[in-house]
Amino acid sequence: MHSRLNLPFAAVAATVIAFASTTSALAQKKYDTGATDSEIRIGNIMPYSGPASAYGVIGKTEAAYFNKINAEGGINGRKIKFISYDDGYSPPKAVEQARKLVESDEVLLIFNPLGTPSNSAIQKYMNAKKVPQLFVATGATKWNEPKEFPWTMGWQPSYQSEARIYAKYLLKEKPDAKISVLYQNDDFGKDYLKGLKDALGARASMVIAEESYETSEPTIDNHVVKLKASGADVFLSITTPKFAAQAIKKLAEIEWKPLHIVSNVSASVGSVIKPAGFENAQGILSAAYAKDGADAQWDDDAGMKKFLTFLQKYDPDGNKLDGSVVYGYGVAQTMVKVLEMCGDNLTRDNVMKQAASLKDFVPDTLLPGVKINTSPTDFAPIEQLQMMRFKGEKWELFGDIISGELSN
Amino acid sequence: MSAVQEAVTDAPAVEAVPKRALTLGTGTSLTVLAALILAPLFVKNFIIFQMTMLLVYGLAVLALNILTGGSGQFSLGQSAFYAVGAYTSAILMEHAGMNYALTLPIAGLICFIFGFLFGQPALRLSGVYLALATFALATAMPQLLKLGYIEHWTGGVQGLVVTKPDAPFGLPMSQDMWLYYFTLVITIAIYVFSVNLLKSRSGRAFMAIRDNEIAASAMGVDVALYKTLAFGVSAGITGVAGGLGAIAVQFVAPDGYTITLAIQLFVGMVVGGVGWLPGSIVGSAFIIFVPNIAEGISKGLSGAVFGVILFLVIFLVPHGARQVALVARHLLGKLKKS
Repeated sequence: MHSRLNLPFAAVAATVIAFASTTSALAQKKYDTGATDSEIRIGNIMPYSGPASAYGVIGKTEAAYFNKINAEGGINGRKIKFISYDDGYSPPKAVEQARKLVESDEVLLIFNPLGTPSNSAIQKYMNAKKVPQLFVATGATKWNEPKEFPWTMGWQPSYQSEARIYAKYLLKEKPDAKISVLYQNDDFGKDYLKGLKDALGARASMVIAEESYETSEPTIDNHVVKLKASGADVFLSITTPKFAAQAIKKLAEIEWKPLHIVSNVSASVGSVIKPAGFENAQGILSAAYAKDGADAQWDDDAGMKKFLTFLQKYDPDGNKLDGSVVYGYGVAQTMVKVLEMCGDNLTRDNVMKQAASLKDFVPDTLLPGVKINTSPTDFAPIEQLQMMRFKGEKWELFGDIISGELSN
Repeated sequence: MSAVQEAVTDAPAVEAVPKRALTLGTGTSLTVLAALILAPLFVKNFIIFQMTMLLVYGLAVLALNILTGGSGQFSLGQSAFYAVGAYTSAILMEHAGMNYALTLPIAGLICFIFGFLFGQPALRLSGVYLALATFALATAMPQLLKLGYIEHWTGGVQGLVVTKPDAPFGLPMSQDMWLYYFTLVITIAIYVFSVNLLKSRSGRAFMAIRDNEIAASAMGVDVALYKTLAFGVSAGITGVAGGLGAIAVQFVAPDGYTITLAIQLFVGMVVGGVGWLPGSIVGSAFIIFVPNIAEGISKGLSGAVFGVILFLVIFLVPHGARQVALVARHLLGKLKKS
């Protein structure tokens, strides 16, 4: 049925878009599969089980946020039906679930599927089917390729752009640094390391020691000891929360005091710094784009108040200290914004078009000054971060909001 | 584990060549075959894709079944052979531009050699020790695939995207349907081969080793050769399944072939009935569809629900689908008599 409808449908959609852009007031109701007068079906794939199940919280937060939108009347009168499946962080399962969502549940789009391997596995399929794969939950750099993959878009700053920001900082503040790097041996760690070296450019020799670890290792102590022995005075920790906390502790234990930088992934006060001990974490540097729920400085912030009210009312199980909850809220809010911008023209074409024309949009949970901007040639919504230093029991932001855009 | 051992040692004492223990009756076989051939004509592409995966995992479970049910050796390392097969097909297709159909025998051959060689040191181990050695293989594989030296070929942590083949000769069918029938033909060929293998001289040697190694060697069976041969054949079939899986999923990455996959295949074998080849497809259906059902019951507790279902199956029908089939046949027989 889909293939029979396709041609005339696409033609109509194209004319409508052309029409709407000149005389938006006359926009007619236009739908693709997955949208009707009363409902918008959104698909999602999350690792509710398996090695990355900690991230399943994101899916739950998103479901709660869409419930809130529905309770408040929906988007232009349409209710959101959020269909979220488990892939257990396995690429073959992700393909199966994506096909189920598109072909059986007939969703309008797949929103925020999590994990670089899972998203890589479904990218080709989604683009061949011309179904939006919107705001994917991974920091890999490869989601910003609008020419090759016009139906895929990222959301958070890429690992490479974050690494760039640290490189810029080091080149400016500590040009004679001897950098040691501890990284996770997967797509996250490797992408990050590449970003760092690319940004250092001719000065890449500043990196004097590298150690990689596997997530299956119980502890990373011996890697840290080796890195200390290299004589480095900067320690860049490209680690996930558990290992970041271990590294902070170990550094204190062996009394090594280099300039310590922790990747944003592990900058959470609740899940990393506090377990590692505040006294061990003084002076650590990182960068952020979102507010930290554990940080008291945001208690009176208007955006965070909205976030906390949402948690109370719609997601009582959600832990405000968990960075994934803050993340899920922000990305769901962006999705709702795009659907609002679509108005009555809920075609897949138009969804991508609107997603690619976000201008200075600020979800409640982003740092002041960080804005979401996209264009037909820029599919990287968040590209700004701000450096921060840990002092007392919280992060202190310093310096300007820095853009990690790869074109720089 | 005890259920497996029980099933393994519970060899039929009457028939020397237990045909019935291996296969279905002709009538049942033809019915199943007809269902497998006709079903795709009536369902959506997505279901066809699921059915393809059903056959692919079915093949992998069948391979494990030959190893464990046939020769009585354990393996928790099938995911490693599956990965080698998948990567062989993917690399040959994407880097060497080879036709997808040609990559499968190569994947099978490489895995056969790999399995045969792995079988050599494994000879010194038996039972749980062998299980542990193969477990090590499964744990090591995803890391080996990430190695820098071969990253140029494997795509490292990012994996490789595989192009899905179109139906040849301008046949009017979708890619999914073509791939399904292609997989079905290979599955049937391998199934027939396996049944014949187990009924042959080699198969009897496997089973003799399974039942009593000392007695087997006293009868003149070359224990070392046949044990490694069983490993090789099992690995080879798993490799073909891996290659087909890579083509169906269109993507290979280290994360797709973790120890979880090996355990899934093991679960599939036990649920299908150890040593009963037709059970492989039932076991495969179990590992594909039951997680989906579990997720439908509770998202947060999908793992626990899956565990409960698995526990119930093992508790109620410890010999898996084989037991169900036997009971069904028994009941049918009674009906006919009365």
